[in-house]
Amino acid sequence: MAENEARLRRTMMFVPGNNPAMVKDAGIYGADSIMFDLEDAVSMAEKDAARILVYEALQTQDYGQAELVVRVNGLDTEYYHDDVKAMVKAGIDVIRLPKVESADMIQTLEEDVAAAETEFGIPVGTTHVMAAIESAKGVLNAPAIAAASDRMIGVALSAEDYTTDMKTHRYPDGAELEFARNMVLHAARAAGVAAFDTVFTNMADPDGFYRETRHIHQLGFDGKSLVNPRQIAMVNSVYEPTKDEVVKAQKVIAAIEEARIKGSGVISMNGQMVDRPVVLRAQRVMQLAEVSNLLDEEGNYLEK
Amino acid sequence: MEIKTTAIAGTLESSDIQIMLMAGQDGIQIDLESDVIKQFGNQIKQVITTTLQQLNIDNVKVRAVDKGALDCVIKARTIAAAQRALAQTTPAWEVL
Repeated sequence: MAENEARLRRTMMFVPGNNPAMVKDAGIYGADSIMFDLEDAVSMAEKDAARILVYEALQTQDYGQAELVVRVNGLDTEYYHDDVKAMVKAGIDVIRLPKVESADMIQTLEEDVAAAETEFGIPVGTTHVMAAIESAKGVLNAPAIAAASDRMIGVALSAEDYTTDMKTHRYPDGAELEFARNMVLHAARAAGVAAFDTVFTNMADPDGFYRETRHIHQLGFDGKSLVNPRQIAMVNSVYEPTKDEVVKAQKVIAAIEEARIKGSGVISMNGQMVDRPVVLRAQRVMQLAEVSNLLDEEGNYLEK
Repeated sequence: MEIKTTAIAGTLESSDIQIMLMAGQDGIQIDLESDVIKQFGNQIKQVITTTLQQLNIDNVKVRAVDKGALDCVIKARTIAAAQRALAQTTPAWEVL
């Protein structure tokens, strides 16, 4: 789980599972996570073909360092079992279950994943899972859902279904999502997993996209689900640390190193004690600075 | 395995290949249409043939319209068409 908590998940890009051109090119945009969709992006008549296409692509295509996720069809569909078996056999990193409303649903998924791992000779525990929360019930059960399995890597809010369930729709200011966002986020943090915000589908409104992304960044989300590769650079720019943040983080890291050399258990900077939250935040800033290309080879801040 | 019904998988969009399988008596016969048939025709036919053999389909007429598909897409569409033609409800796990 330590590796899990440290992993950057700013961007999770949706890729329609039955579109060979998009499946083939999904790795070139630099998304932190790629989510192949077998659910809503695939028509009923093509569920079989999409499952096979994603499976074969995973055997041969190079997706670099991206975390590979697949959204399977829901537990109550006839496609679910074959989706899970095929994706476990394909060696996918994460299975994302849609419309999760209870911890039981995640436990069912976990049993099915474990059975598939056993069947195909994959070490049990290899495949991770995540939950999409898309209803009032799901939001209220988010803490139990997020903590339902050791395989869990994150929870995602899916606002289209959720706002429909709440008898509202999406507004530019996002007030209708405040409670759900905070529930999902707190559930994720309490369980030590990642929190993903919902998609923003209006590509003609970049200002709205930036406003929403800055908002969820401020709340503390790990990142956002995306429908268009053009949004990747936009999200990354919001998550990019400022020069002040990088310089401060470097000082904290230097203070840690100094304390280590001195053999001192207590870390101090400018005469003040540096405690664990400050250290963790500094490490995260440096991680973000590195992937944002703000550092040279020796770790110094690069002026733009 | 006997082809029960004519079946089709894949689209005519870029990077895809549309594969139609029909009952046949004379081995695996492939009619391929592709803009890159001179460069990759044999390779495309080889992927289709190997995949059909793995599925134990020995007699079949294949009509394939390629739009620049990678090998993994050719294999995926051949498997999907075969499952449909054989009216199989569970995937052929050993061939995937």
